[in-house]
Amino acid sequence: MKNRPKKSRPTGKRKPGLAGELEQPGSHSRQAKYILRLYVSGSTLKSALAVENIKRICEQHLKNRYDLEVIDIYQQPNLARDEQIVAVPTLIKRLPHPMRRLIGDLSNLKRVLFGLDLGMREQ
Amino acid sequence: MLVDIRTEFSVITANPRILVESIAAFLEKQSMMKGPSGPHLVRATREAGRWRRHCQPTVEHGAGMKQMRQVKKASQPSSKTLPKAATGIQGLDEITGGGLPRGRPTLVSGGAGAGKTLFGLEFLVRGATQYSEPGVFMSFEESIPDLTKNVASLGFDLDRLVTDKKLFVDHVSIMRSELGETGEYDLEGLFIRIADAVQRVGARRVVLDTIEALFGELPNPSILRAEIRRLFNWLKQKGLTTVITAERDHPDRLTRHGIEEFVSDCVILLDHRIREEISTRRLRIVKYRGSTHGTNEYPFLIDDQGISVLPISSLGLDHDAPAKRVSSGIARLDGMLGGKGFYQGSSILASGTAGTGKTTIAACFVDAACRRAERALFFAFEESPRQIVRNMRSIGIDLDPWVRKGLLQFHAARPTYGGIEQVLLLTHKRITSFQPSVVVVDPVTNLLMVSTQNEVRSMLTRLVDFLKTQGITTIFTSLTAAGALEASEADVSSLMDTWLLLKNIEVGGERNRALYVLKSRGMEHSNQIREFLLTDDGLRLLDVYLGAEGVLTGSARVSQEMREKAVVTFRRQELESRRRELERKRRIFEARMVMLRAEFEVEEEVIQQTISESELLGEEVVQDRGQMVLSRQADSSSYKKDVRAKAARKR
Repeated sequence: MKNRPKKSRPTGKRKPGLAGELEQPGSHSRQAKYILRLYVSGSTLKSALAVENIKRICEQHLKNRYDLEVIDIYQQPNLARDEQIVAVPTLIKRLPHPMRRLIGDLSNLKRVLFGLDLGMREQ
Repeated sequence: MLVDIRTEFSVITANPRILVESIAAFLEKQSMMKGPSGPHLVRATREAGRWRRHCQPTVEHGAGMKQMRQVKKASQPSSKTLPKAATGIQGLDEITGGGLPRGRPTLVSGGAGAGKTLFGLEFLVRGATQYSEPGVFMSFEESIPDLTKNVASLGFDLDRLVTDKKLFVDHVSIMRSELGETGEYDLEGLFIRIADAVQRVGARRVVLDTIEALFGELPNPSILRAEIRRLFNWLKQKGLTTVITAERDHPDRLTRHGIEEFVSDCVILLDHRIREEISTRRLRIVKYRGSTHGTNEYPFLIDDQGISVLPISSLGLDHDAPAKRVSSGIARLDGMLGGKGFYQGSSILASGTAGTGKTTIAACFVDAACRRAERALFFAFEESPRQIVRNMRSIGIDLDPWVRKGLLQFHAARPTYGGIEQVLLLTHKRITSFQPSVVVVDPVTNLLMVSTQNEVRSMLTRLVDFLKTQGITTIFTSLTAAGALEASEADVSSLMDTWLLLKNIEVGGERNRALYVLKSRGMEHSNQIREFLLTDDGLRLLDVYLGAEGVLTGSARVSQEMREKAVVTFRRQELESRRRELERKRRIFEARMVMLRAEFEVEEEVIQQTISESELLGEEVVQDRGQMVLSRQADSSSYKKDVRAKAARKR
């Protein structure tokens, strides 16, 4: 867990779940496939920043094993209701379990990584 | 360009503001997707801002024009007074002079269980059903099924209102445990949800219950505060009449997190306080900018019809004074009141010590009203209805048929069941729904058990005022402590038009009931004490006897009556015997007269006989003397005279 994902990936024995097999909840976040939904509101500065941040983080830490969707709740208010979105931007980590919500523009990398179970030692 | 955007956003064109914002957002996104950063994005944002300004007038001519105008019309009325949105909550609209400020937020603050959620919901439900103003309820605490269930007991069918598109309920729940903060955020999600909900039902009213819950769930209070402020401004700008509930955890503060500073228009405080183990709910309008309002603390009640705020301190003294009279149900009592009974719409106090027949007087009055086919309402604070019916039957008043016919209703409850306000509210509601022409409150003194003298007095003032405006004749009974007869408890006598005082008079080792009319405004009334009898066939009033030791009642009166009867008989007998004696005497006298006459007649006869004999004898003497003179030839003439005189004397 404490290993940096970047390092662990090349040395990993198994290829992380590209095939989409579901991992056991909560375990092996290094290998699990991530399903992420980022809810933004139109194109405010914060939204843009959040999109930018999550894209970067995903590319750096979850390369090839994430499914990120950016949803503009202006266009789908129903979704905001169903997903209980109040604060924007909100990033929801659906998988792996447990489900987590990260609110804010994702500019605090340490907290984002912690929230995504990607280790705390990221600077 | 404009046309394209409008088709793209056709779903939401009904609301121009959303459209404008969406266009702006769309533009921003467009520019963002090209992968801008830094100055480029800023420029795009600026551009979008310009678009917002540009679009506004254009859109007004579009699909949203009509709605826009309506909103404008509603929020800017021609008159200068503040436009208000009637709440439909009983009594509240009177205090506020028409309702909550239209198009503005109102803060409803109160402790736990003060009725905030209910207040908000009733505001929406009444708005949707009575004023055709649909509403949106944003619940931050209770889930929708819970909410629906909770208010179903108050007769609100949320499900139906939701399916009828008159109400939109949204539950905002944030799982704190799942949450992490990663930077700056805003509440745009909430904004969008509200905006969408408002648009779906065409809402004019919004309730946020309790938005401060967000403080417990979302990090970074300073952002939250700024966002909440923005939300309130946004709601105001949209012309939505909003109720924001907030929990009050400290008497010095209105809200836990100080959001009252964002709501400057109207603040209502709900309070639930307990004094001497009895709880009362109170409502106070802390502020209402731009409007006069009642400043008192008003008691309110939550029952099966929702909230009712107590109506309302002073109704003024401009009620009608009908000259029509109504019978008290006791003929003699009517006689004491100028022969016609009470004035219609007057208030009557029947006060007296325990067991003097106060309830009975009231029952007679009720009975008489029902006989006239009028409706009567009996508030019994001491006895159960069945007990009253049974007891009255023992004196020949049968109230049961009236109950069965629906002419008489009882409302029996101990006032300790709720606070005094609750009692007043209940009476008020019952009177309003039943519309009686006669009301009995038996007894008012029991109210003192739940409150102070002052409060009881003010409550009675309100009740009396209310009853008078309705033209309802009312009997209040009042139990007074022995010895302080004329000092009515709670000092209510000055409120009353007619005051009947019932009293026990103790004479000769027994207590008897007596009745006075202590006062009766505006009519001639008897100054006499009447004895008051409860008999098998009703209530009777009798004259009392005034004896040497004061008034005589009961057996003392009876013995006095007998004594008087004896005296009369004796006198009559005496008179008769005297008459008889007179008669006898007359007869004796007459008999004597007859006897005397008989004796006299006898004597007369004798004397007559003697006289005639004597005369005869005299004549013979004269004849003899004449013959002698003739023979002597002397003094014939003088002698004749002498003889005649002698004869007369003899006779």
